[in-house]
Amino acid sequence: MKQAISLGVALTCLASAAFAGAAFAADKVVKVGVLTDGSGPYADVGGVGSQLAAQLAIDESGLAAKGWKVELIYADHLNKVDVGASLAREWFDQGKADVIVDTLNSGVALAVSQIVKDKNKVFLNSGAATSDLTGKACTPNQIHWTYDTYALANGTGKALTKAGGDSWYFITADYAFGKALERDTSAVVKANGGQVLGDVMAPLNNADFSSQLLQAQSSKAKVIGLANAGADSANAIKQAAEFGVTHSGQKLAALLIFLSDIHSIGLTVAQGLEFTATYYWDLNDGARAFAEKFSKKSRNAAKPTMVQAGVYSATLHYLKAVDALGSPADGAAVVAKMKALPTDDDAFGKGSIREDGRKIHPAYLLQVKTPAESKYPWDYAKVVATIPAEEAFRPLSQSECPLVKK
Amino acid sequence: MTHALPSSQPTAARPKPAEFLAFAVLAALLAVAPLAIYPFFLATALCFALFAAAFNLLVGYSGLLSFGHALFFGGAAYVAAQAAKVWAWPPELALIAATAFAGALGLGVGALSIRRQGIYFSMITLALAQMGYFLALQAPLTHGEDGIQGVPRGKLLGLLPLSDDRAMYYFVLALFLAGLLAIHRIVHSPFGAALKAIRENESRAISLGYSVDAYKRVAFGLSAALAGLAGGAKALVTQSATLTDMHWTMSGEVILMVLLGGMGTMTGPVIGAIFVMAIPEVLNRIGGPNFSQWMTVIQGAIFVICVLAFRRGLIGELAARARRTL
Repeated sequence: MKQAISLGVALTCLASAAFAGAAFAADKVVKVGVLTDGSGPYADVGGVGSQLAAQLAIDESGLAAKGWKVELIYADHLNKVDVGASLAREWFDQGKADVIVDTLNSGVALAVSQIVKDKNKVFLNSGAATSDLTGKACTPNQIHWTYDTYALANGTGKALTKAGGDSWYFITADYAFGKALERDTSAVVKANGGQVLGDVMAPLNNADFSSQLLQAQSSKAKVIGLANAGADSANAIKQAAEFGVTHSGQKLAALLIFLSDIHSIGLTVAQGLEFTATYYWDLNDGARAFAEKFSKKSRNAAKPTMVQAGVYSATLHYLKAVDALGSPADGAAVVAKMKALPTDDDAFGKGSIREDGRKIHPAYLLQVKTPAESKYPWDYAKVVATIPAEEAFRPLSQSECPLVKK
Repeated sequence: MTHALPSSQPTAARPKPAEFLAFAVLAALLAVAPLAIYPFFLATALCFALFAAAFNLLVGYSGLLSFGHALFFGGAAYVAAQAAKVWAWPPELALIAATAFAGALGLGVGALSIRRQGIYFSMITLALAQMGYFLALQAPLTHGEDGIQGVPRGKLLGLLPLSDDRAMYYFVLALFLAGLLAIHRIVHSPFGAALKAIRENESRAISLGYSVDAYKRVAFGLSAALAGLAGGAKALVTQSATLTDMHWTMSGEVILMVLLGGMGTMTGPVIGAIFVMAIPEVLNRIGGPNFSQWMTVIQGAIFVICVLAFRRGLIGELAARARRTL
């Protein structure tokens, strides 16, 4: 009986606490949720850095001075779709987040996208690559911020072909992602007057690329395109260095690689590698200013990856839109406002958001420096070509997104 | 010791009241759990609990350590997702299809793998499961690493909409309890007694005239079918079917769940599954970003401690203390 009473008291306390919380929520509160890979293969691309980037955006937004209370919540989805979906639902159902940022993993991103639409919240994807998010899986509640598979294929394919790399050979990861990257890139290469001499498939998580690299070398193609990601890219790049691919005059193009990957591979091995990014920390004054703020607080003074820069930029713009609207409650309205407002921040400069939810900004073809060219910590790449904003992403006329009126 | 001749059918051990009590307590606890814990998480955890219980039927009661159960769990998830989304089947039909698919697949895989024993058996199941994984990675139906997303939960029997998380939870709870009862029934049937006899001494079971291979095959099929039911239910709960469920780490995870909870106990795998599911959830909650990098390390440490401290698993150890079967 005594226990029953104390239980009752505890429940009443809980209920009143919950009520107090609800009463407080009527004030101007906005809650940002960073859902990312915190412990898996992409932890350095997003992870803790994404949380830091979101925090920097919150600090810079100045919303606290305008009477807003901005909360930040973080979770690791472990690259499991069910864990990600569970966290996203719980955040929305229990009022812990109004917006989910990052995600990184395409499977998790697509699952979150559905949930966000059902609950009418906001999804700002920075890390996941799939261009389906602005294609057939587009919704009025999401924005694809940093890059996508189309931009990567287009950037690397177009700029390299125009720069004289007019014959290509692909080493492709043997699954949907790799094949899509190869398909999109070869279309761009051919459209720009180049030719594709051939391709070779490598299984996912391949440890030995020697046979593929030998075939690529003997093809005499000017560019060897690596249509893979993560550990596969790193392995292929390391082994290409052992085979002396770049020293023998062939160019190596990684279709998806991040600053943190280059940091871990090292310049000796990665030198000469060409890749596309939409943000590089040493691009211009704005990019450097953001990187400076970021690395002051990051672990090992790391510079931000483009995914982390995207988290910062997206969160900042989201908070602007929420402030303009006065409430984060209606997700679709916030996204509509975000599309209406022009974007402007240190990392990406001025830009805009298209009706299909695609954030538009320039992309850059970068080349990894040689150890001799690298003058200071994190001085890893130089710009080879700039792809203007209007050419960097898939044109609306090709979009499968139902939101696009044709 | 009695000196009676062995009958042609082994007699089944009669279920004890303590087991029913444990079952009733578990059911009651799970029925009120959504009041305190987020129902979506609970529903996913129950799917894994059923998966672990199904796996336990094979490893705990038949002594067959399959290292490829993700094939049935994940494969059935794809079947249920495909049926519910593309063919627009109602949830109950999608689940039946998933269960039947996994059961049939299990009979096939079982027939191949039980021809070898011990580590070779495990390796064959692993190899076949990996074939399934790469098939799912490549096949256009399964959409590679994106998986099948946005699976509709539909209406149960055309009446009850499952889109509400609570309704979904109670549906999964019913499936789970039914699955657990089925396993209990199988284990305590003459068939189950024969399985245990095979586990303890296979040559002796053969010399007693049992068709050992047929028993193993059926046990494999039953375990796979129940794992399939769990996988199908998970596809409906999370509204997606992805490669995670097919990966070999999932086969490893279910072994971990069963070992942690207690192999060969009724409630052990359930507790083990909930425990394994809860660790990242709790770490995510209390940890924040700097903690989450240590997630795998902390998980590993907890498992090492559990294995060292509770050799029979959490429930197995309790049962041994209380000298009861739980």
